[in-house]
Amino acid sequence: MLQILTPEGDLVGEPPVDVERTVSLYQQMIEARAYDRKGMALQKQGRLATYAPFEGQEAAQIGAAAPLGDDDWVVATYRDAALMWAQGYPWELLFLGRVGDERGGSPPDHVPVLPPSITVGGHMVHAVGLAWAARLLGEERIALTSFGDGATSEGDFHEAMNFAAVFDTPCVFLCQNNGYAISLPREAQTRSETIAIKADAYGVPGVQVDGNDLFAVVSAVTTARQSALAGAGPTLIEAVTYRLGPHTTADDPKRYRPDDEPDPWRERDPLVRARRYLEAADAWDEESERAATDRATETMDRAIELAEATPDTAPDHVFEGMFAEMPPHLRQQLGEARR
Amino acid sequence: MPETTTYAKALNTALAGLLAGDERVFLMGEDVGVYGGAFGVSDGLLDRFGEDRVRDTPISEDAIVGAGVGAALTGMLPIVEIQFSDFVVNAMDPLINQAAKLHFMYGGRANVPLVIRAPGGGGTGAAAQHSQSLEAWFAHIPGLKVVLPATVQDAHDLLIAAVRDPNPVVFLEHKLLYKTEGHFEATDDVENPVAKIGESRVIRHGSDLTIAAYSIMTIRALQAAEQLADDGIDVEVIDLRTVRPLDIGPVRESVMKTGRLVVAHEAPIPVGVGAEVVAGVVESNALDYLLAPVRRVGAMDVPMPYAKDLEQAVIPQTGDIVDAVKEVIKS
Repeated sequence: MLQILTPEGDLVGEPPVDVERTVSLYQQMIEARAYDRKGMALQKQGRLATYAPFEGQEAAQIGAAAPLGDDDWVVATYRDAALMWAQGYPWELLFLGRVGDERGGSPPDHVPVLPPSITVGGHMVHAVGLAWAARLLGEERIALTSFGDGATSEGDFHEAMNFAAVFDTPCVFLCQNNGYAISLPREAQTRSETIAIKADAYGVPGVQVDGNDLFAVVSAVTTARQSALAGAGPTLIEAVTYRLGPHTTADDPKRYRPDDEPDPWRERDPLVRARRYLEAADAWDEESERAATDRATETMDRAIELAEATPDTAPDHVFEGMFAEMPPHLRQQLGEARR
Repeated sequence: MPETTTYAKALNTALAGLLAGDERVFLMGEDVGVYGGAFGVSDGLLDRFGEDRVRDTPISEDAIVGAGVGAALTGMLPIVEIQFSDFVVNAMDPLINQAAKLHFMYGGRANVPLVIRAPGGGGTGAAAQHSQSLEAWFAHIPGLKVVLPATVQDAHDLLIAAVRDPNPVVFLEHKLLYKTEGHFEATDDVENPVAKIGESRVIRHGSDLTIAAYSIMTIRALQAAEQLADDGIDVEVIDLRTVRPLDIGPVRESVMKTGRLVVAHEAPIPVGVGAEVVAGVVESNALDYLLAPVRRVGAMDVPMPYAKDLEQAVIPQTGDIVDAVKEVIKS
């Protein structure tokens, strides 16, 4: 398993980015965690619908976005807000989607991020199509698709990997192995020793990295992206991490894992080790931590304010979203819905 | 001694009875074991029957249904759970091309006594991909039976009937019904089902108009009937219970008595079960008894919106049935 930064914040390999860039990525992780905790709190207050937290997976997501070009596609899941945001999807739209408003699924123009996939695994094949289109159009861009360990049990995983491999599509498959498919632990999902090893069957490179190590993720995605752009096809990256929270706010992890199971993973917290590294490099201190945390809190307050200030969806929205032109029977139903 | 329980508990009781009563029965699906099912339907069954018979699976709907088909071919009686009925789409090949056709294609030599349990329906704020009512899809396929219990007792009795049926049965539970309480009598005899698949039933007698419904819309139809009674309109309610095979006889007989028909389902109206029910009535001499045009009540023709108020607007509610009945009575 590739590791560059240990949980203690010590280097055991070559960092793929300089200290200045690391500060910026660490700040992004702080912001991502602030979003996630805000999301959990807002859901408890009844201001968001179901929320799927990603606490503990910040390095896997921010690290995966870091090497991407501005045009690279991101095709991700309901647990990937940090990854989507890092590629340009605004926090307020991510909140808006979770408030229960389909307009949160409309990314701004020129943001190459598909709205999050809600069903498990169905989006991986989309990434293959996006990448194939990029090749046909002669565009210098890749498609990165993110999914969990659970999704590798779906047939979509096999078909997406196989297609991408035989067509040499410029794809990066990022599996965030967070230990669980809702209640089912990783070892009950597959007999494969690792998820990365599954790449062998498709004839493509498979790399297992410490998913809580920002540098390991950045490094693996950088290499995979270069390979994809060079025409060498896809890479499967398994980022080993841990879902510190529940599957979603509708879930109770006490039913399937011991209360203290997350504790050792708290010690492997991706933010803690990045901070230790930066403090040792004299690039970070208590003061910068406080400032970054305050800034992140303000950003999230503003984002939810913007989302909640969005006027409620009118019935029109539901019908307008159906076809390019509204057929007569929907026009009639819209009239009824307005009443 | 009659008691009350919840729809979910009644299903749990039926599952426990079936597992205890027949070694060929086993249950598999996502989070059905340790977690007890996403809606708690299989709570406690893993502890009681062990992991060979209450099997947590990877997220693999194709394999869940496909392996269920394979096991059923040997004479086992698998009950497979698809966590949300929307995910059955990931298993359409084993369901539509295999389960529904193998008895036919094997020249009648093999049976597929498989039950696919899946929660459907909206109203839980679960948005477009977790809220659909797909029964018409399944009902269109020769070789499948499609069961949608409305009452607590039927949840129990029809599940037993589904498992005892030698054909593949799609058993669609409604998410909003799981917590509903109702009259319940458990039976120890899971060999001989009390209920029969393919039997609709008059559950409220009336003389002015017939409402045919199933699943949660039966409950809403009963509520509508109570409200309409206050206005002096006497409604008969028929619970279809299974939409394939569809037992149209009681609907025809009722229409011959009342002369008016409203069909209600939560699925969108176009190409839905409602059209089939109406056709089944007008293809008989019940047509001559109709005093007014029939009406179908169903969801608006759009995916389920995420926003609560829009979701409520899209799903047909009790008030929509009341309005439809009044229109038919007036016309």
